[in-house]
Amino acid sequence: MIGFVLILIAAFFFPGIILRTKSITSGRKGPGILQPIKDIGVLVRKGSVFSKTSGIIFQIAPVVALSGTLCASLVIPFANQRALISFEGDFIFFSYLLAFGKFFTILAALDTGSSFGGMGANREAFFSMLVEPAFFILLATFAMFTGFTSFSDIFSHFFLTGDHYVLIYSIIGFYLFVQIAMIENSRLPVDDPKTHLELTMIHEVMILDNSGFDKAIIHLGSYLKFAIYGSLMYNVIVPAGWNIFLQTGLFLAVQVVFAIIIGLIESFRARNKMNLNPKFILTISAIAWIAFVVILILTNKLI
Amino acid sequence: MNTLLFFIILLLSFAVFFIPKSLKYFYTLFLLTSGIILSSMWCFELVSNDKQILEIQLKLPFLQNGLVFIIDKLSAFFIIVVNITVFIGFLYARGYLQSYYQSKNALHFSIHYFSYLWLYLSMIMVVMIRDGLSFLIVWELMALSSFLLVIFDAEDRTIMKTGISYLIQMHVGMFFILISFLIVDKATGQMSFDALRLYFSSHSNFLLFILFFIGFGIKAGFIPLHTWLPEAHPAAPSHVSGVMSGVMIKMGIYGILRVLMSVQNDLLLIGLIILSVSLISGVLGVMMAIVQHDLKRLLAYHSIENIGIIGIGIGLGVIGLATKNIALSLLGFSGGLLHVLNHSLFKSLLFFNAGSVYTATHTRNIEHLGGLMKKMPYTAILFLIGSLAICGLPPFNGFISEYLIYVGMFKSLSAANLYQSIVILSSIVGLALIGGLAIFCFTKAFGIVFLGEPRSEKASMAKEVSRVMIFPQFITIAFIMLIGLASVFFVKPVFNIVSSAFNIPDTNIAAAASVNNLTQISILSGIFVITIIILLVYRHFHLKTKQIDVGPTWGCGYTAGTFKQQYTATSYAYNYNHLVKPLLQTKKIMVDIREDEIFPGKRTFVSHSDDIFKKLLIDKPIDWFSSLLKKIAVMQTGQIQHYILYAFVFMLLVFLLTYFNLI
Repeated sequence: MIGFVLILIAAFFFPGIILRTKSITSGRKGPGILQPIKDIGVLVRKGSVFSKTSGIIFQIAPVVALSGTLCASLVIPFANQRALISFEGDFIFFSYLLAFGKFFTILAALDTGSSFGGMGANREAFFSMLVEPAFFILLATFAMFTGFTSFSDIFSHFFLTGDHYVLIYSIIGFYLFVQIAMIENSRLPVDDPKTHLELTMIHEVMILDNSGFDKAIIHLGSYLKFAIYGSLMYNVIVPAGWNIFLQTGLFLAVQVVFAIIIGLIESFRARNKMNLNPKFILTISAIAWIAFVVILILTNKLI
Repeated sequence: MNTLLFFIILLLSFAVFFIPKSLKYFYTLFLLTSGIILSSMWCFELVSNDKQILEIQLKLPFLQNGLVFIIDKLSAFFIIVVNITVFIGFLYARGYLQSYYQSKNALHFSIHYFSYLWLYLSMIMVVMIRDGLSFLIVWELMALSSFLLVIFDAEDRTIMKTGISYLIQMHVGMFFILISFLIVDKATGQMSFDALRLYFSSHSNFLLFILFFIGFGIKAGFIPLHTWLPEAHPAAPSHVSGVMSGVMIKMGIYGILRVLMSVQNDLLLIGLIILSVSLISGVLGVMMAIVQHDLKRLLAYHSIENIGIIGIGIGLGVIGLATKNIALSLLGFSGGLLHVLNHSLFKSLLFFNAGSVYTATHTRNIEHLGGLMKKMPYTAILFLIGSLAICGLPPFNGFISEYLIYVGMFKSLSAANLYQSIVILSSIVGLALIGGLAIFCFTKAFGIVFLGEPRSEKASMAKEVSRVMIFPQFITIAFIMLIGLASVFFVKPVFNIVSSAFNIPDTNIAAAASVNNLTQISILSGIFVITIIILLVYRHFHLKTKQIDVGPTWGCGYTAGTFKQQYTATSYAYNYNHLVKPLLQTKKIMVDIREDEIFPGKRTFVSHSDDIFKKLLIDKPIDWFSSLLKKIAVMQTGQIQHYILYAFVFMLLVFLLTYFNLI
């Protein structure tokens, strides 16, 4: 329960921290930390404009995507507490729930019949298809060395092996979760949310026609996704057995650091060329493979 | 009593030729329903009396020993699967065949209904008969009746050609099964599935299994034995494609499972072979599906993908048996078997709706469709649910079977040795890739066909199909939702079937753990659905208080946009195509604009991707063989003197060979 609430709190401040980081690094005064949430308030109060081409899918897609993300957050554990819902293979459910939301977001983009919607839709579908193996290989690695197959069990036994090699997984896991989060959320270096040319957009171009309440919901879903991946990162670097108050503080610290990392990446990195993205994403899977090979060596299966 | 009824149904089926045209449908429906009720009663009897097998003697006047039906739990499972889809398919057929009522005469309809009935009867007999010869006969009946169903539209020459190619390929498969049975017969003196155990206990398991696997694999459509599948499914009428893809190809799976039940050695090798063939089928099937423009051909390639998923489950199950890994074998087999049921539901649903789209628009080309959601809302929603289910997304049924397979793999990882871990990890990656690719493919199929603006006149004139076509599909939807949300009730019997069929000991712990997991999944799925509903209701009331405007889609300031500016199916798959070009060999046919062409004229652009397996395995050998035959044809001069000469040479040859005791 605490974990769920913490994720919601983290999601609340997450975009603001990214924004602040970017303002500071670019030497601007910039908006306050709560500006993105205020923007959402503005959007909720606004009316909506719907395209005359769009239909029911366009109307329900944002809600479906947010529900998927919300329910996905229920399986994420925190500290030594089990997640609200935990069962063997819950990360499969987690991944497919997020995919469910993506399915509808993609359809909504095609529903507008615009020439840009399809562009973003196919890129999003394509890239998230490529990133799927990385996530599963990483979780397979975790399942292999802890011997458990649910988020709660994996993370509560993560540091129990007592060996130092677990740090390898902390580092690789942290790195991969950052990368997967960036791709799933369509941030740099795969996609630039601040680009203003439709041809180079991925996620933004899909939601061009959303307005008002729906747009607010889409943004909320994106913030929530960041916080969810942030808490996955937290779980691979902080042992579950520590004091709960210390953990709460560390959790928020990790989320802040994650947000700052994103802000820094977005300030100093250029976006990939679009046709290099598949290679970039497949590299992430390759790194996950390396993690798997390492576990084979460490468990004396290989060599 | 039971057996007499069955015999009467068999006899009465011939009467369909003598019934007035308008009543033929109902007569067939009556016979079909009686058959379904009868076979379901047999299954019920088996389950309620908790027997291992139910034996039914069918005494026929012209057969000495009569026909013996043996139903065990595996047969019962397949009978249920066949019953559901065949029944719904026939209900759907009424509306679908309406448009052919004028153009086809009574005989056409008689043959069609008669073959449909016999396809059904032969399918349930296939799963009940153990004797080799009788099995081959009903297997052949299945091929023949489905052939007649495929060529319903035989006025179209290409359909006739496809049908014949289908028939030939079915017989290649049949040939392999025949050979395998003959080998068993030669060694044991018996020709039946029961004799297999005897054979396997004293002979090499691997070789015979491979022969059976090829024979049954052609029916099931594993790559590279799938070449008939993407041709026959689009050619057949949609209710037939639904039944063929939904259940008939599963008969191949049944055959493989039935043989596997007797295999005793070489399990690891066999498991690895099944697994690798299935992985290839799964990944390549969906990869080829993405580049198709024909809606039904796209679905046909997806059948290959799903057969791959079923095969992954079975392969892992066999590996589990070989390594004595109870969880892996139980979950693998159960996942595969449940996927048989699941796939029969959502794939038939998708084919029926592809048929509805065809009825409404008279085209199957995705590029000519679009915007159908507004014109055909029911068809669209049914297709959408089918798409979500086939992508394995929760809370629909496809997720449950894929989940079982996934969990089986993840649970086995920590105890696996090096090779097993690599095999299992590649399967996980394969399954994850299949999932991602399926989402890519069905967002394309649904998005391009049903969303956006119509891309042709045909699509813009479309009207929703009649209720008789839509209504039966809600039964399928009910099953899909039920399996997705209350999976425990379906998975438990499947566990039971698997553990009794493959003699897996001590399944209780693994089964109880899975039941617990599935309950949690049902809860989480329930929460997911409720969250969606609450948010939608909130959104509804929230938007009521706000100003809602309707405007044109954002076109970058350009206001004179036409439907042609939308993304097409080809452009949707463009970046994907770029990545997989070496594998799929997509060809583009276009003429470049010359430098001196100041005002470029009209241009056409065609992109097309071949099935390389069809090219290598079917087209190339046939070309080679027919060119060889052409060379031999020089002997066919048409002059009688030459032919008499050939006869003399032949006689001389026979004489000489006999003289030297060579023949």
